[in-house]
Amino acid sequence: MHVPDGFFTASVSIAAGAVAAGGVGVCLRGARRELDDRTAPMAGLVAAFVFAAQMLNFPVAAGTSGHLLGGALAAVLAGPYTAVLAMTVVLLIQALLFADGGLTALGVNIVLMGIVTAAVGWAVFRLVVRLLPRGRPAVVAGSFAGALVSVPASALVFTLLFWIGGTAPIEVGTVAAAMGGVHVLIGIGEAVITALTVSSVLAVRPDLVYGARHLATPLVLRGADGTTRTAEPAAPQAAPARPRRLAPFGLAALAVSLLLAGVVSFYASGDPDGLERVAADHGFDAAEREHDLAGSPLADYGVAGVANERLSVGLAGIIGVGVTVAVGGAVCYAARRRTKDETGTAEAPDRARA
Amino acid sequence: MAAGHHRLYLPGDTPVHRLPPEAKLAAAVAFAIAVVATPRTALWAFAAHAALLAAVAAIARVPPGFLLRRMAIEIPFVAFALALPFIGLGERVQVGVLSLSAEGLWAAWNILAKATLGVAASILLAATTEPHRILHGARRLRIPSLLVQIAMFMLRYLDVILGEMRRMRIARESRGFTARDLRAAPVLARSVGALFIRSYERGERVHLAMLSRGFTGTLPVLDDRPAPPAAWVAALSPAVAAAVVAALARVVA
Amino acid sequence: MGDAAAERETTAAEPSLRVRDLAYAYPDGTQALFGVNLTIERGERVALLGPNGAGKTTLVMHLNGILTPGHGEVVVAGLPVRKDTLREVRRRVGLVFQDPDDQLFMPTVREDVAFGPANMGVRGEELERRVRHALERVGMLDAIDRPPHHLSFGQRRRVAVATVLAMEPEILVLDEPSSNLDPASRRELAEILRGLDVTVLMVTHDLPYALELCERSLILSGGVIVADGPTREILADAELLAAHRLELPFGFTVPEAAPAPDLHAR
Repeated sequence: MHVPDGFFTASVSIAAGAVAAGGVGVCLRGARRELDDRTAPMAGLVAAFVFAAQMLNFPVAAGTSGHLLGGALAAVLAGPYTAVLAMTVVLLIQALLFADGGLTALGVNIVLMGIVTAAVGWAVFRLVVRLLPRGRPAVVAGSFAGALVSVPASALVFTLLFWIGGTAPIEVGTVAAAMGGVHVLIGIGEAVITALTVSSVLAVRPDLVYGARHLATPLVLRGADGTTRTAEPAAPQAAPARPRRLAPFGLAALAVSLLLAGVVSFYASGDPDGLERVAADHGFDAAEREHDLAGSPLADYGVAGVANERLSVGLAGIIGVGVTVAVGGAVCYAARRRTKDETGTAEAPDRARA
Repeated sequence: MAAGHHRLYLPGDTPVHRLPPEAKLAAAVAFAIAVVATPRTALWAFAAHAALLAAVAAIARVPPGFLLRRMAIEIPFVAFALALPFIGLGERVQVGVLSLSAEGLWAAWNILAKATLGVAASILLAATTEPHRILHGARRLRIPSLLVQIAMFMLRYLDVILGEMRRMRIARESRGFTARDLRAAPVLARSVGALFIRSYERGERVHLAMLSRGFTGTLPVLDDRPAPPAAWVAALSPAVAAAVVAALARVVA
Repeated sequence: MGDAAAERETTAAEPSLRVRDLAYAYPDGTQALFGVNLTIERGERVALLGPNGAGKTTLVMHLNGILTPGHGEVVVAGLPVRKDTLREVRRRVGLVFQDPDDQLFMPTVREDVAFGPANMGVRGEELERRVRHALERVGMLDAIDRPPHHLSFGQRRRVAVATVLAMEPEILVLDEPSSNLDPASRRELAEILRGLDVTVLMVTHDLPYALELCERSLILSGGVIVADGPTREILADAELLAAHRLELPFGFTVPEAAPAPDLHAR
């Protein structure tokens, strides 16, 4: 699974390196904000745990066994920032000390296995937890879903990178199909292990599960006259930081996407890609069917009406990212609004320890 | 990926071992970049790169068998690369009885050559530099120090955590448990969960031990003498040579 | 110069450790300490005995400010333990935890032993001197460049002691120092501890070890000190021991005529 040197072109490797550096930078700040001077030992131990967990053999059927990737698991157990840092450190150590993964492919590997798995795993986890009724089963279900999606998501990004700058002449569709199928299966395995593991930690030390902090029972205060009330949950860093936390992460992600789409695609070769060139060489490009949206203003990766080819490709990229962000953001916003109404008031009775 | 990791460090006292780690790390990365930038048709260039690595290995007294055995990590991508001539697109050429894709052959060569040279360079780096020194070198190359600290803790406790995992496996097997199929998953997951709890609690104890010895948030940096320029020149020479080769190859192609 | 000398004089006369009315409850509400009082003079070696769950480790974590008491105070060589004095307190109180792996968290022994003094601002030659001196005192100088996980458990225990000695503490507090040590390592550690001229407080279940090394013992039970006296007398009081779940090992009887342990033996 670790990409070696030479598998992707230089521009993809460099761009992925920039994305990785940006993502890791954001997570360094985020983790330090949450853990303060505990960051290094805690994240280091989580990284050692991830490495060890990845070495465990999970038998699937006669003879075959699978391995955990751990991004979603780490995110649910230790939080997204710490998870990304732990996964990144595992990949760093593997590349530098164990020669596992190309030195020039570190950026790609960190993006694929560090950032995408943990971020997607966490995002899907939060979505599911907000949509389901409060409680431990929701946390377990969320971690199942998060892990399930994280693996194919990583495969999808791999395919995307391969499409932009893979050095092998195979049709992207083939790659997508091969990667997609296998990785959905792997995702199921990952999801099962992740859910079972989170469940077992919840049973013994629920306070250690980052994704279940919202389930902590607040303290009961007893007044002199015998009346009781529940204390405000003591969430020192969590509460005020939450609206801010997403913003830098979101902005960084947006900036990076725009960078990739706008600038890197600027440098994407105007020459036909491998498949097109092969097609042109052998005259079967005439047999190409026009895509349904061929007539649209963004067809053929250009913005109709913008003359300069490179500029138009870059613009198309930016517009594409913008539309994706807008649609995705609307979905998330809708989900968030709904669950905020549900958990608006603190109800003591449903806080019984599971 | 999770195929066992070998300890790559080969103790020794050669000129390569004695070079400062940041210089070696920079050289390894630079060499890999030069290799990746070499156009695939310049076969002579790859031979030159291999010769450079062989020279470094000779000076470092790293036996060729050591190198070759540890390059086995590459195997999944070797398989992929070998498949390319068969599944690749484009015009076919006749090789013996097989009809192979020309583009596929070149792509397979490209990946194999560059990946192999890259792995070999990484192995030489790891074989001649102690693990924690590699991390010190990373820090001196301006990799964020918090990230390097996290890596140092991971490295320090990796064996401890692996030991706990091994003991849990022995305990399971001593009670008659063998993992044969999916039904083993809940038991294994419980071990993973227990491993997380132990790791996390140990992290907290380590933090307390750090506080008890006066830790206030930043690890003291003790050894920041910059490496002498001569060492840099020595370390970077194979990388510079590779860069020259790559540049020549691009110009000629 | 005169002031510093005077300061040294006053602190020399101060007990190494004074704990007054210490009470503490965990965040979940369980109270662990109900008013602990004890005083340890400079140069003493004292054992802290008690059943499991008595709060010994909790008490120990108050001594260097990891835990803050709900009531009462801890004073180390005249310096009260407060938020603003933590740095100096942690230099003066050398806490050696039970699991040396928690304490040896740097890649090499040298870096671990240097960690403490480096945090105090010591650098360069002085730092090197302190590291070597501390390792010499525990007999582990030849391991200086080795990674901790290459050492045996007993060796790691000794290096853990060195990490704290390098800070030149006022009082050495050890949590179960002899646990999991083989007999030879136990003896080696005892020799090392006997040879140090620092005040020692040792939390232990190992009653013979306490007798061998500490002339005075305290029993902590139910969150208070229930006994404080010469180790020999305490260990000879079978009723007292039984009342607090302490037992002498099978076949061990407190030697009657053995000479009192020499406080300053080298």
